[in-house]
Amino acid sequence: MTLDLPVHAIAHARAGDKGDVSNISLIAYLDSGWDTINVLATEKKVLDIFKHLGATKVQRYELPKLNALNFVIENALGGGVNSSLRLDRHGKTLSSHLLHELILPISQEMIPSNSPYQEKFKDTKS
Amino acid sequence: MNKKVYIGCGAGFSGDRFDASIPIVREFKKIDGPKYLMFEVLAERTLAIAQQYRLKNPEEGYSPFLDSYITPILDDCLENNIKIISNIGAANPMGAAKRIIEISRKQNTRKPKIGVVIGDDLLDYMSNEEILNSPTMEGLDFSNNKITAANVYLGAQPIAEALSKDVDIVIVGRTVDSALALGPLIHEYNWKKNQLDLLGSGTICGHLLECGAQVTGAYFADPGFKDVPNLANVGFPIVEFNSDGTFIITKPIGTGGLVNKATVTEQLLYETHDPSNYLVPDVTADMTNLKLEYVGENRVLVSGGKGKKPPEKLKATICCDNGFMGEAEISYAGPNALARAKLAGEVILERIQILGLQGQIRVEIIGAGSVHFSIDETSSYELPKDGDYRVRTSAIYPQKDQAQQMVDEVMSLYCCGPAAGGGGRGYVTPQSSTASILVERSKVDPNILVKMI
Repeated sequence: MTLDLPVHAIAHARAGDKGDVSNISLIAYLDSGWDTINVLATEKKVLDIFKHLGATKVQRYELPKLNALNFVIENALGGGVNSSLRLDRHGKTLSSHLLHELILPISQEMIPSNSPYQEKFKDTKS
Repeated sequence: MNKKVYIGCGAGFSGDRFDASIPIVREFKKIDGPKYLMFEVLAERTLAIAQQYRLKNPEEGYSPFLDSYITPILDDCLENNIKIISNIGAANPMGAAKRIIEISRKQNTRKPKIGVVIGDDLLDYMSNEEILNSPTMEGLDFSNNKITAANVYLGAQPIAEALSKDVDIVIVGRTVDSALALGPLIHEYNWKKNQLDLLGSGTICGHLLECGAQVTGAYFADPGFKDVPNLANVGFPIVEFNSDGTFIITKPIGTGGLVNKATVTEQLLYETHDPSNYLVPDVTADMTNLKLEYVGENRVLVSGGKGKKPPEKLKATICCDNGFMGEAEISYAGPNALARAKLAGEVILERIQILGLQGQIRVEIIGAGSVHFSIDETSSYELPKDGDYRVRTSAIYPQKDQAQQMVDEVMSLYCCGPAAGGGGRGYVTPQSSTASILVERSKVDPNILVKMI
């Protein structure tokens, strides 16, 4: 059984900046979550999430040994740290945005045992 | 026989915690073997600001935080043969070295022998025209602006060269951050330029260290989901490097924070684009075969680093003045606060039009997903109508008084805006823009010098 949940349930992320390019890692907590992010966290989905910020292109890199993806997102930073008008000029918070906006079908074993997301599955059992 | 080299990182950006290196030094005092303490304190923009200081006073232009980082640990480092490697030199590495000698004199410690790397400042040997005609990697068209700084990223070789002269401290200006670790490794293991896998591993090691506590549990905590113990006393990283290119990442005993595969993986990909092509002047590092193993409490073994030929050209960052940014904020709270905040934003935009101020402007509502959405975009968060919202306006204009005019407009909402706006703040700051260019090694190499003081 799966539930549609934010990818925050099964993965963590960090954003970095270089010029007007943001890169966001997406790392599965458990081996059991890796396939889901590897198959379903596509360049297109990530581009759609950041399009409203001006993003024009997403390149995805895979590091299967580390259960990690790396998304390189062009023109996502409003000109970059030295010209952006945004409060978060580095786009540091974009990692949280990805974790919130990317919704994937998630099963219970992909979620770390101590995660608050485990609660979501309790309701469905009763 | 395996030779271990120890490298700690005491700062990961200009303004990082000033006392972070003290536990590393305490740990190093218990260890025999080559020990290095790096401080990475030079962001892209920091150099343009430092150049301004140097123009005003030729003795200045090094990191304004030099005293804060060096004073607490200088005596211990000199007494215990812990070598300091830092880009704290910023726009004036020689000035930084002189200042450190002054500090040693004040502390009555022995006078350190310092190697100073010169040659990153392109304005010393390239004309403005030559710089502007170089191929641009990213950034703006600078042809109409005055260049305020132009610095090429040097590699680890000059640091290794300085260390071969038996110095206590190496001070550099613009150098790739990871080279602050790779330089000592090249020196200690006598790596040759064609030992690419080792150079790649050393670069990955430097990359993991260069942001300080970002690899030891800082910038990681997400309470309930990713918990980090004792974040207020987070320990900064220590690497134990082995002759075969593998290394352990850990942190000083008795400090807070966390080192595990998750913290290391997050930092590995931080500011990384293609993980199979991480470009620095000494090598193209390849992270794709990397293996991480949790081998003890707060100890992660990193193996499998690879390297390929280094890039042909070097990257340089150029800076120029680029107008003034006005920023101003005002809060609305309580019943119907979101609607009042939105109305305030609309009023500001209309007033800017009436005044005829031409420039890029952005209005966002803090509390309504401001970091991801501007006022004219639909937030994906569920927003309560009542609450605590803060309208932030920012705009960049060529002239300072234009930016001030925008700020004044926001402030006028105290009397002229929606009901009960409060907590207004506004300020104007000069803007410095950057671009990245590529320069030929043949231009740079003859100008790289290691000076001793």
